Amino acid sequence: MTSVVIVDDHSLFRAGVRAELDGLVDVIGDAATVEDAVACIVALEPDVVLLDVHMPGGGGLEVLRQVAEKRPVQRFLALSVSDAPEDVIALIRAGARGYVTKTISGEELADAVRRISDGDAVFSPRLAGFVLDAFAAGAAPVEVDDELEQLTTREREVLRHIARGYLYKEIAARLNISTKTVEAHVSAVLRKLQLSSRHELSRWAVQRRLVD
Amino acid sequence: MSSAAPVAVRRDPQHGYLGGVCAGFAARVGIDPLLIRIGFIAAVALGGVAIPLYAIAWVLIPAEGPERPAFQRLLTRQDTWLVAAGMGCLTASGLLLLRAWDVWIVNDRFLWPAVIAATGGALIWRQSQTAPERVAQRGRLPRQTVNRATAGAALVVGGALIFLYVNDALAPARDVVLPVIVILLAVAIILAPWWIRLVRGLADERDARIRSQERAEVAAHLHDSVLQTLALVQKRADDPREVAALARRQERELRAWLNNTRPSGEETLGSALEAAAAEVEGDHHVPIEVVTVGDAPLDERGVAIVAAAREALVNASKFAGPEPISLYVEVTDERIEVFVRDRGPGFAVDDVPSDRRGVRDSIVGRMERHGGRATVHSTPGYGTEVELVIES
Repeated sequence: MTSVVIVDDHSLFRAGVRAELDGLVDVIGDAATVEDAVACIVALEPDVVLLDVHMPGGGGLEVLRQVAEKRPVQRFLALSVSDAPEDVIALIRAGARGYVTKTISGEELADAVRRISDGDAVFSPRLAGFVLDAFAAGAAPVEVDDELEQLTTREREVLRHIARGYLYKEIAARLNISTKTVEAHVSAVLRKLQLSSRHELSRWAVQRRLVD
Repeated sequence: MSSAAPVAVRRDPQHGYLGGVCAGFAARVGIDPLLIRIGFIAAVALGGVAIPLYAIAWVLIPAEGPERPAFQRLLTRQDTWLVAAGMGCLTASGLLLLRAWDVWIVNDRFLWPAVIAATGGALIWRQSQTAPERVAQRGRLPRQTVNRATAGAALVVGGALIFLYVNDALAPARDVVLPVIVILLAVAIILAPWWIRLVRGLADERDARIRSQERAEVAAHLHDSVLQTLALVQKRADDPREVAALARRQERELRAWLNNTRPSGEETLGSALEAAAAEVEGDHHVPIEVVTVGDAPLDERGVAIVAAAREALVNASKFAGPEPISLYVEVTDERIEVFVRDRGPGFAVDDVPSDRRGVRDSIVGRMERHGGRATVHSTPGYGTEVELVIES
């Protein structure tokens, strides 16, 4: 069974997720602070870490940074109530392989954890929307030709379906491709998101922050 | 320009500089007031008789609209530099007039320093008239205000120095001023630490006050919203659907309050769709996940697509079951697309009688009337998706 560590500063929430995931995945530990989380992850070496975006002391981003130094292979799934696109994108760019909102059901969460553990990326509808917004066609500068800076038509189509609430296997059926191909497209988008030097990503995040 | 007042002429103090006589005549004749003013100044330069005529016109011709004293109006005009320059010119012309009429022999040694000082005085006065409300709003003096006041003070001091210099009174004045400055400096050095501490203390106090005000605001908001909802949740604990709906409504509200991403009052397509989704969710107790990509101001076609989307959401919420409905909006330069998808049982589209009014009129018909289209995709067992598109 996939082993999981939950990092969240709300004890009630940790207990809730533990209960929901009971029997579906193996929750081997949890932590409430950045310090505890880093120690716990490095000691227990779980398959997947469920990571809260907002925590005192630097948040999920700090956990990601510190663990990346000690255990670079660690896989993270961001789990948050946060609506702020810049926070979510920042976590993905720092290495998290997916983002789901806390309202997700236990079964879906377990499924997402297993996919992350297999090395796939997990995009919730909201994250797909954020990414489409960040890579919006209209915002692309003319001189951009690096393939990292743009989404392919197929990738956009897959993201749009995720944003519309379709599951991977439904998308595969609609686009006449295999589920593995859908996952490959999502992983490609994740890679672009993490590696893109595209300044729109930061500018866009700044714009969002400015109007806060 | 004539002072013989035709019946219809009214002074226009709101658009005039002094009494609004020129502006009034210009309005009567229908030309730019600037032309009349140039003519008036030419008449002044030729003989000066225009000035008494202007005064008579000011007194005799009734004003159109509200009138405040000309002096006060001059002082509260927006273009501060213009007012200051005007005040300098007025002083110069007044003093020269006195000299021309032999009322008071003003020599040049007094005249020009007086003009410079009057200009600077007008600058300072103007700032003192407008500054208070801005200070109250921003908590500190705007840079422009400080610059103007400094320039005004420099002009006044300069005028006074020139006056002293040309009247050979600078040397005795220096003898008086120097000890005063030295004493002031000494006092300033002694008092500086206390003064700095006082200023810092005031700043700290202000910060603390602002913080406590913010805290009070947050507390008030949480009290009105979150605590109320929590109380309702406790009361309705036996009705899970109602509790879930309450929680979701509160979540939406709190998010909107926290993000506060849109300039207040401006309604966009995205915000209108989110509002519609919240409403349907409240009425039908089915969670709706809203994802928006891009946004646009809400125009007539936007209103149509929101209304159609709302209808689609209502339809979906009747069949969706407990699974959330997805509302996806994408706004690009070319088109607006809205997808409403439920995970209900779905149906074979061809089996539905074509006279089903709900879908035909309120969704398909509405979209077609606004140059768009609506398509319903459904497969039994896989839910239903309504696609709304308007091309730009």
